[in-house]
Amino acid sequence: MKNLSSLFIFVLILSLWELGARWLDKAFILPSPIQILGRLWELKEVLFLQHLPVTLLTILIGLGISIVSGTLIAVWMAANPGIRKAFYPILIASQMIPVIALAPIFVLWFGYTIWSKVAVAVLITFFPITVNTFDGLSAGSKETKELFLTMGATKKDVFLKYDVPTALPHFFSGLKVAVTLSVIGAAIGEWLGAQAGLGYFSRRMMTQFDGAGVFAPILVLSLIGIALFMTVTILENRLLKWRTLH
Amino acid sequence: MLAFDNVSFSYGADNKIIDGLSFNARPGEFISVVGVSGSGKSTIFRLITGLDQPSSGTISLTGHDAAERLGKVGYMPQQDLLLPWRTILENARLPLEIAGVDKKRATDQVMPLLQEFGLTGTEDQYPSQLSGGMKQRVAFLRALLSGSPLLLLDEPFSALDAITRLSMQEWLIQQWRKRQSTILFITHDVEEALFLSDRIFLLTNKPITECQEIVVPLTRPRTRKDLHKPELLALKEQMLQKLQSEVIL
Repeated sequence: MKNLSSLFIFVLILSLWELGARWLDKAFILPSPIQILGRLWELKEVLFLQHLPVTLLTILIGLGISIVSGTLIAVWMAANPGIRKAFYPILIASQMIPVIALAPIFVLWFGYTIWSKVAVAVLITFFPITVNTFDGLSAGSKETKELFLTMGATKKDVFLKYDVPTALPHFFSGLKVAVTLSVIGAAIGEWLGAQAGLGYFSRRMMTQFDGAGVFAPILVLSLIGIALFMTVTILENRLLKWRTLH
Repeated sequence: MLAFDNVSFSYGADNKIIDGLSFNARPGEFISVVGVSGSGKSTIFRLITGLDQPSSGTISLTGHDAAERLGKVGYMPQQDLLLPWRTILENARLPLEIAGVDKKRATDQVMPLLQEFGLTGTEDQYPSQLSGGMKQRVAFLRALLSGSPLLLLDEPFSALDAITRLSMQEWLIQQWRKRQSTILFITHDVEEALFLSDRIFLLTNKPITECQEIVVPLTRPRTRKDLHKPELLALKEQMLQKLQSEVIL
């Protein structure tokens, strides 16, 4: 087992947490891992059947919008130097805006519908996808492109047979960052105003001084993040078989 | 097969690389272009492939003035430039795909050639799994599959170790004789040029106004030992001297 050392550290941290929480004995502030798991079990139906689907839907819609629009803009920037000059600096500068702080404005715009949460998720996942895909599309070598031209290749040939495969690994790097951020985006969106969702539920438990109840949905959110990340990794290994040869 | 007629080329306004150059290559000839770094060898190749256009003069292929040459000349670059995500079969098939041949037919065309090139069993492997010599053979096969009778090889063996390089030279000669293609071969290695070529174009002045043409006084088939003949040694010495006078330290 190659991850033995990290597993050891993980178990160590959990044990220290368990011991510390028992010693402190204030479950409403610091619940122990076992208490959290217990609470998760008690709340399993509410969490998994009622709140998880809402949050998951937000995440998937948000990711979908980011992937489609981010890729399109990346392709547009790569294909057109004028567009790149106009958009790229704005895109980079937009990262200086504390995006999360913008979230309340979406509640004003979209109300308490799912779209205010989707908007937050899109806003923070759009950047890594767009920038990585764009960098990938520009990563090709001039020599190889010229070789394509000597074979009589059209612009479309070069794009589909060279630029896109070159960009794929970069796209996946961006996507991996984006899936983890999407969970954060959805949860934050739900804090601000929602009737359902794991982020909303966690916050509601806070107002009830239910420490374990705050942590239980966070645990589920983490599991969503891990599951999404693994899905992307599996997809990546499938599509980019040639990279895993060594 | 290929003719330059009074061709000039410059990068920018006053950086003249080639000025009024004329030469021709006959069908089935093996010609090496030898010059020191920066002598404009690559510019000549870029002009032949059509990546660059002459500022004046004409370049003709197979007897016809060919203003649009992209896709008409088989080009093998210095690095193999195989696509890492494509298998060997898919890499070799690339020029056929670009020419619009359907994948099944392209595969049927490539497979026997892979066998002939000593690449049997590698068709489903990726370039990173092959040795340098094998990768160069795939790159040569790819150039060949462009379907052009004129092949341009740009220092194809310069990245290989000395021993592999010698075998690749012999292998190349076999392939050339078998396919009767016309080959233009860039190198800075005088011995390599003497062993391989019918004629050698020596690039010594800048801008290039003429190719100093050297006819290699050897018949075929040749062996390495032929290079030790006195007249060959003298020729080599003479070429090296001319080239050395061009080197700017």
